[in-house]
Amino acid sequence: MTVAEHATRHPEVWRRFSPRQTLTRYAWYLGIVAVAVISFGKLDITWEYLLDAHVQAADLLVRMYPPDWSYAEIVVDSLLETVHIATLGTIATLFVAFPCAFLAARNTTFNSVTWAIGRFILVASRSVNTVVWALIFVAIFGPGPLAGIWAIAARSIGFMGKLTAEAIEEIDQGAVEAIEATGASRLQVLWIGVLPQVLPVIYGTVVYRWDINIRESTVLGLVGAGGIGILLYSSMNQFRWDEVSVIMISIFAVVVISEFVSATVRKRIT
Amino acid sequence: MTAPTTWSPPRLISNPAYRHAATFAVIAYVVWSLGTLEIDWGRVSQGLPRAANMFARMVPPDFGRWELLGTQLLESVLMAFAASFVGVILAVPIGLCAAGNVAPKPIYLAARLVIILSRTFHEIIWAIFFVKIVGFGALAGVLTLIIASTSFLSKMLAEDIENMNPGQVEAVRATGASFPKILIYAITPQVLPRYLGVSIYRLDANIRHSTVVGVVGAGGIGQVLAASFSRYDYDFSLAILISIIALVFLGEIFSNWVRGKFR
Repeated sequence: MTVAEHATRHPEVWRRFSPRQTLTRYAWYLGIVAVAVISFGKLDITWEYLLDAHVQAADLLVRMYPPDWSYAEIVVDSLLETVHIATLGTIATLFVAFPCAFLAARNTTFNSVTWAIGRFILVASRSVNTVVWALIFVAIFGPGPLAGIWAIAARSIGFMGKLTAEAIEEIDQGAVEAIEATGASRLQVLWIGVLPQVLPVIYGTVVYRWDINIRESTVLGLVGAGGIGILLYSSMNQFRWDEVSVIMISIFAVVVISEFVSATVRKRIT
Repeated sequence: MTAPTTWSPPRLISNPAYRHAATFAVIAYVVWSLGTLEIDWGRVSQGLPRAANMFARMVPPDFGRWELLGTQLLESVLMAFAASFVGVILAVPIGLCAAGNVAPKPIYLAARLVIILSRTFHEIIWAIFFVKIVGFGALAGVLTLIIASTSFLSKMLAEDIENMNPGQVEAVRATGASFPKILIYAITPQVLPRYLGVSIYRLDANIRHSTVVGVVGAGGIGQVLAASFSRYDYDFSLAILISIIALVFLGEIFSNWVRGKFR
């Protein structure tokens, strides 16, 4: 081995990537930057608005202070409604999500048609945002909390159904076979063999989704589906920024508390 | 000695008294909360015929205004790309500051506060604020998605840094490396692959969210959807919904494909 060969094989300075790897990496970076630049360029953005954005934001903050605490009484009722919408929506989800989950899990479904139906319901439910579901249900049931409850339920079905279906597919098949060997009916197999195995996952998902739903239900009012969003929207339109700050503080409190409750409960279950 | 002849699966709450109390509490809650909600049952009872009517008017979907549909859908996608890019970059310093094992306590607390504040409020709330600040249009939407992606990505990054193997950091530090060098040679190689994966996931999530921020005027397909609903233009609404579902589906496939490549 000549000195030159030795130098290339054992270089003085350690490099993690070969020059070729480095080159492809930079090509990727360049591509990503190009996509971002093109995206910003193609968007119809008036950049002048961004120049005085900080002035506008500061102006908003000044007007939001001090909060008008006398408004808190009205906010509390509305906040309670928001929590109700999230909770009832989550409970309503259970009745649809679990049948769908059993259909969408390969080992508990009846045949490939029912499997496809189950999967389709779960995918369709997840693809549409809660706010869009709310638009649809407001058109059906009229403005009010009921539309909100249905919107929350419609979006949660896909979430809970998908996680539960995945849990069902991962169960210990031995327990199911043992129950089948006793001559149990299909329903009994599901009830005794499958359900107890996925229950912990179900409880965990329900609490987790409830916490997400609290956050989602704070904006349903913007499309007329009940909850604190209605107050937020009307206070904003009346330029009552001192009321807006009370609403924002209360939303913050409720979301943080629900997140804490959900995390504590999940820690105790699992 | 007699063996039990029946068996029932173990329950979450083993004490039957507590279990029945819990069931009762749930039922009582449902009754009470439904009672306090102001539901106009007269209006609700019209729901089924209304829904039937709505679906009748939705079918067949009207793709006649496909040009408007296309431009707005494209705007949503561009908003998602632009916001993801900025978010991925902004989240690096914030995520670093929010990692307890890297950042000093005051910086750590400040960064965590920023993350909590931006995560607590729903995207739609941020969107209304940005519409008030910079006016209607895509800029408000991009800013909203930037906030949402930055808070999500920086939280994930901070958790990854906190969970990384400290051995490598110590090894690099033992060579006398400065903090930037530790960052490049010990921290980045450990967290980068996962961060890229999470970024791609976030791009997918941004595509989903970019289709709704328009409902409050922050650009993208959402504003066309909201307008079509308020004009009872249901056949166009269905066309938009189908397009959104298709777009979200494509986004998910793309994100899974890219994340598969990284692994």
